[in-house]
Amino acid sequence: MSTQIEEQRETEEEVETEPEQESPGERRRAVKRERAAQREQEVEDALDEAEETVELKVFRYDPEVADKEEPRFDSFTVPYHKGMTVLDALIYARDVYDSSLTFRHSCRQAVCGSDALFVNGRQRLGCKTQMGDLEWPVRIEPLPHQDVVKDLVVDMEHFYEQMHAVEPYFDPDETPDGELEEQRQSPENREKIKLSTRCIWCGACMSSCNIAAGDNKYLGPAAINKAYRFAMDEREGESRKEERLRIVEQEHGVWRCQTQFSCTEVCPKDIPLTEHIQELKREAIKSNLKFW
Amino acid sequence: MSQSYDRGTVESFGRWREFSAGMWAWILHKFTGWILVGYLFTHIAVLSTSTQGAEMYTATLQGLEALLIVRFLEIGLLAVAVFHILNGIRLLFVDLGLGLTAQDKSFYASLVLTAAITVASIPTFLGGAL
Repeated sequence: MSTQIEEQRETEEEVETEPEQESPGERRRAVKRERAAQREQEVEDALDEAEETVELKVFRYDPEVADKEEPRFDSFTVPYHKGMTVLDALIYARDVYDSSLTFRHSCRQAVCGSDALFVNGRQRLGCKTQMGDLEWPVRIEPLPHQDVVKDLVVDMEHFYEQMHAVEPYFDPDETPDGELEEQRQSPENREKIKLSTRCIWCGACMSSCNIAAGDNKYLGPAAINKAYRFAMDEREGESRKEERLRIVEQEHGVWRCQTQFSCTEVCPKDIPLTEHIQELKREAIKSNLKFW
Repeated sequence: MSQSYDRGTVESFGRWREFSAGMWAWILHKFTGWILVGYLFTHIAVLSTSTQGAEMYTATLQGLEALLIVRFLEIGLLAVAVFHILNGIRLLFVDLGLGLTAQDKSFYASLVLTAAITVASIPTFLGGAL
């Protein structure tokens, strides 16, 4: 089981060998010990009661604690229930077994994009992946090709930098005359960019991309998809579109994509990333072709 | 990318069992591409024997064709070339943005077609040698 519990047991033994003196600290420790024992009993009961239990193998690493500097895998046995997601299982493991188990999560409904994890060898969203759909035991690791900060938390700074590099905000050439006048988009155009607006910045695509792994300057699928979302928006106007295309047609822009389709496979929001990248390639060529 | 420690197979080709169709297509396309580049040199070397006269060229080719290993290498070369051509057509469609949702199926189709054409070519290549 986890290192945390072992540590607890050690302290318990130490406390027991000491002579019986009732100091406030002692009393507090006694209560704590009792509670820990009770909790352990409860966990055992829960595991016995559960019809099915599933084993998690979770990547652990903490550069700030001497004993945890070496990356390792911890096993947690979690009672399974129908509809359980990977995130549910992780939350159970953290709440019941080891409060030091660290992972990002927030909305639990595939909107915030916090919990992209490497589950059973594939980038998936923890809250969107059903335990029942996976092979057991379930192996959970932090996203590959990103620096691990602690346990399942990776450093997303580089990913965000690439996202910002494509100027991901609506920036029209001209605004309507009236101050409060709406900027209308045709339904067809909305339909065209619909899928690209679904990006939740989880970073799964960037992590799955073989090219992005080898080329740190490559914008990556998510950023290019963002560029697509605005370049294809007809409300922005021609000159802004040209500017946007100039960003993505750089050496480390769209042309790095070698259509491995890894990003499209793993995208939890089913955005056809490769399709968008390919379309931007064609747009970039079209805007540069001159017949004179 | 800077790494504070070795993540091992998480970030290496040790994960090849988990590759999907698009990734395999990419790897095979690169691999067959390099083989074809390599073959080009052999091809030029053999063809340039014709500058030494017609007999020399004929003798070289007959000598090569007499070797059983060359017959088998030719079958391999055909397989490599056919896959590269078929996957190249698939990539052409991908670049045109056509049928991207069927990219895995078209990869499998090119594999099957390559296998079929290769098998069908065996009698031709091994004819007379066995």
